[in-house]
Amino acid sequence: MENNNQTPLVELKDISIAFGGVHAVDKASCELYPGEVVGLLGHNGAGKSTLIKILSGAYTRDSGQIFIDGKEAAITNPRQAKGYGIETIYQTLALADNVDAAANLYLGREILTRWGTLDDAAMEAETRKVMNRLNPNFTRFKDPVKQLSGGQRQSVAIARAIHFNARILIMDEPTAALGPAETEQVGQLIKQLKQDGIGIFLISHDIHDVFDLADRVVVMKNGAVVGSAHTSDVTKDEVLGMIILGKCPPGATPGPGAAQE
Amino acid sequence: MSDTPQDFKESAFVRFLRATEVDTRLLGMIGALILIWLGFHFYGHFVNGYGAFLTPRNLWNLSVQTSSIAVMATGMVLVIVTRHIDLSVGSLLGFSAMIMGVMQVWILPQYLGLGHPAIWPITVLVGIAFGAMVGAFQGFLIAYLNIPAFIVTLGGLLIWRGASYLVARGETIAPVDETFALIGGGPFGTIGATGSWILGVIVVLGILFLLYSGRQQRKRFDFPTRPLWAEFLLGGVGTVVVLGAVMVMNAYPWPKGIVKKYAAANDIVVPEGGLFISHGFAFPILIAIAVGIAMTFLATRTRFGRYVFAIGGNPEAAELAGINTKKMTMLIFALMGALTGIAAVIASARLKSATLALGQFDELYVIAAAVIGGTSFAGGIGTIYGAILGALVMQSLQSGMVLIGFDSSIQQMVVGGVLVVAVFLDNLYRRNSV
Repeated sequence: MENNNQTPLVELKDISIAFGGVHAVDKASCELYPGEVVGLLGHNGAGKSTLIKILSGAYTRDSGQIFIDGKEAAITNPRQAKGYGIETIYQTLALADNVDAAANLYLGREILTRWGTLDDAAMEAETRKVMNRLNPNFTRFKDPVKQLSGGQRQSVAIARAIHFNARILIMDEPTAALGPAETEQVGQLIKQLKQDGIGIFLISHDIHDVFDLADRVVVMKNGAVVGSAHTSDVTKDEVLGMIILGKCPPGATPGPGAAQE
Repeated sequence: MSDTPQDFKESAFVRFLRATEVDTRLLGMIGALILIWLGFHFYGHFVNGYGAFLTPRNLWNLSVQTSSIAVMATGMVLVIVTRHIDLSVGSLLGFSAMIMGVMQVWILPQYLGLGHPAIWPITVLVGIAFGAMVGAFQGFLIAYLNIPAFIVTLGGLLIWRGASYLVARGETIAPVDETFALIGGGPFGTIGATGSWILGVIVVLGILFLLYSGRQQRKRFDFPTRPLWAEFLLGGVGTVVVLGAVMVMNAYPWPKGIVKKYAAANDIVVPEGGLFISHGFAFPILIAIAVGIAMTFLATRTRFGRYVFAIGGNPEAAELAGINTKKMTMLIFALMGALTGIAAVIASARLKSATLALGQFDELYVIAAAVIGGTSFAGGIGTIYGAILGALVMQSLQSGMVLIGFDSSIQQMVVGGVLVVAVFLDNLYRRNSV
């Protein structure tokens, strides 16, 4: 994929955040282009979820800049991030367990009647449409999502992220709760969204989940970026070396976190 | 749980519940309430020789006594649903009542003159606004300074009680404005027989309209509708209950002395067998019903209510979905405060005075009412109608025990025991239903 002459959809520049004395993310930078899938890899605790939560507004960075379409963006809370078309599927799914699928799908963006009250019927009808496309087996629209299976809950979280014309989609371990068939479905969905020109960050600690889907991988270790590489230029083993040892192979662009030799 | 319910052999009762979409909890609570009522009535009948519970007089009083707790319980539902607690409502009720007492007895008559018609509305507004302000302040401390609600409102419990002592130096402030006193009920604080019938008919029409429009709405989106017989059954039961309540309230006549005074004042000749003037619905219960309807609407039909439950279900998810949870918390406590102000109006109007002890231990009854009504301390679960029924259950126990002559020490023990057992039963119910 040739991106050099294009403005990145998202550019994260020298992002840092510390919790107490721990530098969870230290001067991390990476870009995402329209229609591109970037796999953000690293061990548990490498800082990838934290970095992405800064982009989605869940955390506020200590320093660094975020550019959307080349323009600096002020993102300090989830509402602002959504305003830029950034949608996130969290590892924990972030569903309100006690309400139904429609309420979750529209949480924070409810459809209102002309009297300003909730239009539950319209929201449910719309939810039925979305879910039919995404997961035709989904039928439990009236139940609180607590009572749904892991896969069904995941579909609700995914539906919520893609239903509102996202331009940038962040998926944090999107297939963690899924069986093989559903994982395959998510893979199909990612390819389809990519064709629509949506930029996708795919976060995983498991390289096999993302290597085939991603155009590029960015590897983090101990809060810093080890390096980035087009998946066509490196092998899985080389990427594993980046994840485990922080060693940058010849096909990758090294970052500040690369091991010094 | 299975996705294919036809696998089960369903009993007629289960099919009935499914068709009517009546919540089993609701049925359980109504069942408990009926048991309590019948139990007290027949205990009185057989042991004391007189069943005093199921009489128009007692039921009318019960409705008035329940009102103030019921009003506050509707707000407590939202507080507990969002995983907070408000221990200050009893003291705040006392403080608001004291402020209103000072307002209408000491301050306003100086400027407006005694008995001026503007005294009561100003007083009521001041009381409610004051409650809302104190609630908002407590909510601010909880939401923005991250002090646990338990601590903030425990502090409030002590502070507002002490403050109301300071305001009036421990005096009882009386008598309140005459129009204000009507809000508390009493023979004149009612809408009378005709008014009750009109109100009853309006409510029945409202129920029928809601059933009808709900059905139309479901048809519009091709959702499954209730079978027709179930719609008619619900409408029929609603009608009977409402009109039954009207008849009971109207069956309680004014006491003879009041009738005599009233007749003398209005030049009416009292006939041989005495004059039967009905009480009808008292203002406190009307206020409680109006608050209940408004709060149900707020909780189920508006964004605000949706956010309350979403925050209760998963605060982090609500925040990530873009809900301003801090502002919501502050608003919820402000609302609780405003409702406490309304309850203070009812309670002090009923006593026709503001006393230092007003509202003492009310926080416990309010919390108990919400919890007995099915509000879960784990957050995210609770209903307004449940809390109102809970308040009715608490008050029924309380006044039932008074009627059959239980010692006050026993009363406290029974109420405490019932609270614990109710939560235990609720846990059992939830475990089986999910």
